[in-house]
Amino acid sequence: MPAPNDFVLKVGTVNGSGSQTANLVLLRALFRMGVPCSGKNLFPSNIAGLPTWFEIRAHPRGWLARRRGVDLLVAMNPASAAQDLAEVLPGGVVVYDEPLALAGRRTDVAAHGVPFGKLVLEVCPEPRLRRLVVNMIYVGVVGRLLGLDRGELDAALARMLRGKEKALGLNRAAVDLGWRWAGDHLPAPCPVAVERPPRNLNEGRILVDGNAAAALGAVFAGVSVFAWYPITPSTSLGDALAGYLGKYRRDPATGKATFAVLQAEDELAAVGMAMGAGWAGARAMTSTSGPGISLMGELLGFAYYAEVPCVVVDVQRLGPSTGLPTRTAQGDILQVATLSHGDTRHPMLFPSSVAEAFTMAGDAFDLAERFQTPVFLMSDLDLGMNLWPSEPFPFPEKPLDRGKVLKEEDLARLGKGGFFRYVDRDGDGIPYRTLPGTPGGLGSYFTRGSGHDEFGRYTEDPAGYVKNVERIARKWETLRSALPAPEVIRAGTEPAPVGILHFGTTRWAVEEALSILREEHGIAADACRILAYPFHDGVGEFLRAHGDLYMVEQNRDGQMASLLRAANPEPVVGLEGILRYDGFPPDARSVVDAVLVGRRSAP
Amino acid sequence: MTAKVNRIGLPQDAYKGGKSTLCPGCGHDAVTASLIRVLFESGVEPWRLAKMSGIGCSSKTPGYFSSGSWAFNACHGRMPPVATGAVVANRTLLPLGVSGDGDTASIGLGHFVHALRRNVPLCYVVENNGVYGLTKGQFSATADRGAKLRGGEENTFEPVDVCTLALELGCGFVARSFAADKRQLETLLKAALSFPGTSVLDVVSPCVTFNDHEGSTRSYAWGREREHPVVEVGFVPHWEAPEVEIPAGEVREVPLPDGSLVRIRKVEEGFDTADAAGAWRRLREARARGEFLTGLFHLATGRPTFVEGLDLVEEPLALLPEGRLRPPRSALEDALDGLTP
Ligand SMILES: Cc1ncc(C[n+]2csc(CCOP(=O)(O)OP(=O)(O)O)c2C)c(N)n1
Ligand code: SF4
Ligand SMILES: [Mg+2]
Repeated sequence: MPAPNDFVLKVGTVNGSGSQTANLVLLRALFRMGVPCSGKNLFPSNIAGLPTWFEIRAHPRGWLARRRGVDLLVAMNPASAAQDLAEVLPGGVVVYDEPLALAGRRTDVAAHGVPFGKLVLEVCPEPRLRRLVVNMIYVGVVGRLLGLDRGELDAALARMLRGKEKALGLNRAAVDLGWRWAGDHLPAPCPVAVERPPRNLNEGRILVDGNAAAALGAVFAGVSVFAWYPITPSTSLGDALAGYLGKYRRDPATGKATFAVLQAEDELAAVGMAMGAGWAGARAMTSTSGPGISLMGELLGFAYYAEVPCVVVDVQRLGPSTGLPTRTAQGDILQVATLSHGDTRHPMLFPSSVAEAFTMAGDAFDLAERFQTPVFLMSDLDLGMNLWPSEPFPFPEKPLDRGKVLKEEDLARLGKGGFFRYVDRDGDGIPYRTLPGTPGGLGSYFTRGSGHDEFGRYTEDPAGYVKNVERIARKWETLRSALPAPEVIRAGTEPAPVGILHFGTTRWAVEEALSILREEHGIAADACRILAYPFHDGVGEFLRAHGDLYMVEQNRDGQMASLLRAANPEPVVGLEGILRYDGFPPDARSVVDAVLVGRRSAP
Repeated sequence: MTAKVNRIGLPQDAYKGGKSTLCPGCGHDAVTASLIRVLFESGVEPWRLAKMSGIGCSSKTPGYFSSGSWAFNACHGRMPPVATGAVVANRTLLPLGVSGDGDTASIGLGHFVHALRRNVPLCYVVENNGVYGLTKGQFSATADRGAKLRGGEENTFEPVDVCTLALELGCGFVARSFAADKRQLETLLKAALSFPGTSVLDVVSPCVTFNDHEGSTRSYAWGREREHPVVEVGFVPHWEAPEVEIPAGEVREVPLPDGSLVRIRKVEEGFDTADAAGAWRRLREARARGEFLTGLFHLATGRPTFVEGLDLVEEPLALLPEGRLRPPRSALEDALDGLTP
C-alpha cells in the first residue's frame, strides 16, 4: 500500500471524448489541497478516436518525473483497457466502466465497475452532452475514493468553468452523483489515499505548461514580431503567445498593438520573417518542432553568418521525419548545434522547468541581440505541453539588452567611414550594427550570406574571408562566457564516485534517481545539469572530476554526449549513455537501474 | 559646376552603388540604371529604401544602386518573407524587392504567392530572362513553351506567368515592361514605388550570355520586335500639382495614397486597367498567340495592406522603447493569477 499522497493515478479514455477538463479538475483539486503533484497528457496524433491517457503523479517530496506503475486506474476505453490494467501495481485500485468487465481479471488488484452509462442518464437529459458529462462522474468517484476534499473539488471545478454557469451546474451535479455513488457502493478506506498535508506545499504556486510559460517569458522580454507555422507540440506556444500579447501588449492610449503575430506559409517563411524583423531591429521569434527546424536550416545558417538576431523555440518531439508528433524527445540537439551547411554553430538554452522556460525565453532575446545570432530555446513536448507546478515567475528586473546598435547620433559622431558592419572594434568579436531606416545618410550596409569581409563587402579573397569567420569564432567564445554555468548537485565535499550529466526535462528523473541511489543503494552520485551550449567550462571540470560518468538524454544516439566529446580537448573516458527514446519522459528507476548495471560492470 | 540635385537635395550619384559585375549588356544592368534615375527623380530618402533580394544575377543588383540604403540579399527564393518581417518591424521602410524569374517563379513561388495574398507593402520587381543566368542558362519556370536554349533544347512546359498569377491573387498593381523600354520602365517603377501594397513589375530583362539568341522568347530582338504596350502610363509625383489639361484619348486617372497620380491612356482598344479579370483573359490570349504585351495591366487601390491589417501602433515596432515592450508588473501578476488553480 503506497504512503498517503504518493501515487500515480492514470485515466485511460478515448481521444476527443472531452476528458481533459475532468482530469484537470482532479489535478487542481489535489493541488489546492497542498499535495505536490503534476499531470501528463499521453495522447495520440489524432483529433478523435484513438486511446489517450492522463497521468497524475503525487509525491510528498514533489518528484516531478514520470513513475512506472499505476496505483489507481480509471479505465474508460475498451481499446486500451487490457493494457491499462496490466500497468496497475499489485495492491492497486481500478475504477472501470462496467461493460469493460475487468473484475476478476487480476486477483492482485481491487477492481470496481461503475455503471457510468446508467448514471449519466440521471444527471444529463441532453443526449449530446452525455459523452462529456460522464467524465465528471468519474471525477466524483475518484475524488471520494482518494479522499479528496469535497470543497476543493468543487472549487477547482468552479474555477475551471468560471463564467459558464450552465455547464458548471451540470458538471457539478455529475461530480456529486459520482461522489454519492462511490459512498454507497465502494469499500472504504481506499488503499490509495490523499491526506491534506500539515502545511500547504503549493501555497502561492502556479500550475502551467512550458509552452505558456515560454510565451509569457517572450511577452515580458518584449517580443514584437512572432512568425510561425503550426506544428505539434509547439502550436500551443503560438496560441498562448497570441493570447497574452493581445491582452498585455496593446498601447494603453490607442489600443493599438505593440506586436505582430504572423502566420507564415511554412517554416522557411516563418524564420525568414523573424529574420527580416530581427534585422530591422524588432525582437523577433519563431517557434517550431523538428520538421520545422529542418526546413529552417538554410536561412538560419544565413542568420549565423550575416549575424541577424532572432529567437527560435524548438519544442522537440520524437523521431526522424514526421516521427511521433505527440511524443517527447531531446533529439534535435546535434542538428541544431550545427544547423545549416559550412561552419555554422548555434547557441542553445535547455530549460528544465516552466520557470526556466519563462526566464530563458527572456534570456534568449538578450543573447540574440547582444551576440547578433539566432538563439535556440530547446524545449520539448513533455515540458511544453504538460502541466507543471512552479513558484510564480519573477518579474524580470534586468533591463532589456538590445546589444551594440549605433543610432543616428553615434553615426554622426563616427563620421563618414567610421562604421563598418563586421569590424571588431571592442576585441570581443561582436561587431556593431545599425538599423535600416536610420536617418542621416550614414550607417547603411549590405547584408549577405555570400562571402564577405569585415567591411561587409562581397569578397572571394581568402584573407578577408578568413579574418571575418575567425572573428565570428571569437564572438562564439565571448558568447560562451555569457552563458550560464551548469547546475551541479554534489553528494559531498569530494567528488562522488558516480557523476551523472543531464539537461532539460531529464532533470526530474535524475534528481529523484540521486536520492534513490543514496537512500536505497548507498551510492553517492554527483549530478551536472547542462543549461546551455556552447558548454561552460564547468561542464568539462565535472567530466574530469568523475571516473564513472553517465549522460542521461532522450534520444537514441547520445547526441549531447557527442557534443561533449567534440567540445573537450581530452578524450572523455567512461561516459556511459542512459538513453530513452520511446517517446515517454524518463523515470527515476530506469536511471537508477542503468547506474547499478554500470557500477557492476565497472572494472 | 554643381551637380543637379533632387527634392531632398541629393545628386543622382547618391543613388549609385558598387560597380556591376554582371555580363556587359545584361538586361539587369539596364534595370539598375533605370532604378538609379527613378530613385533620384522620385527623391526617395535612401535610408528609407530597403533593398531586398534573393539569389541570382538579378538578385545581385541591389549592390549596384543606392549604396546609402540598407540591403538584405537573402537566400534563393526567400526574399518575400524577409521583406515581410522587415516592413512589419518598421512600417516606415520602403521595401524594394529585386528578384529573378528563377528566384520568384521556381524556388520562391510559394513565398511570392503568399506575399501577394497578404498584400505586403513591397515593390516587387522580377528581372525576367527565362533562364537561370547565374547557374549558366537552364530554363526557368517562366520560359515559354516552345522557347529554345542556345543548344536547341526546347521547353515543353507551360510557363508560370507572374502577371496572371498576381491578378489571380488580388494584386492591385500588375505591370510588365522591357529592360530596353527605358521610358515605360521608369514610369512604371515610379508608380510601383508609390503603390501602398504589393506592386508587381515583371521586367523582361534579357540574359545576353544564355538567352539572347534566335529561338529565345526573352531576347532583345524578340522584345524589340514584339513589344506591344496596351496602355501608356504617366506618373505625376505628389509634389507636382496634377495638370488640368485633358490628354487626348481615353484616360483613367488613379490617385495613390501618397498624393501622386497615375494617368493611364489606352493604346489597345477595350483594355481596361480597372478590370482584373479582363486583363487576365487578355494576357492568357497573348500567351497563346505569342504576343508580348507590356504596360500597366491592372491598377486598383483601396485594399488594406498587410501592415494596415495588423492594427499596429504608429511608431515602428523596431524602435519601441523598453517601457512599451515590457508590460508592467501588474500584468505579470494578472497572468500568474490566471495560472493559479
Ligand atoms: C538553395 C539554392 N539552390 C540553388 C542555388 C543555385 N542558384 C543560384 S542562382 C539560381 C537561379 C537564379 O535564376 P534567376 O532567379 O532567374 O536569376 P538570374 O540569374 O537569371 O537573374 C540558382 C538555381 C542556390 N543559390 N541556392
Ligand atoms: S549570365 Fe545572363 S543574367 Fe547573368 S549577368 Fe550574364 S547576362 Fe546577365
Ligand atoms: Mg533568370
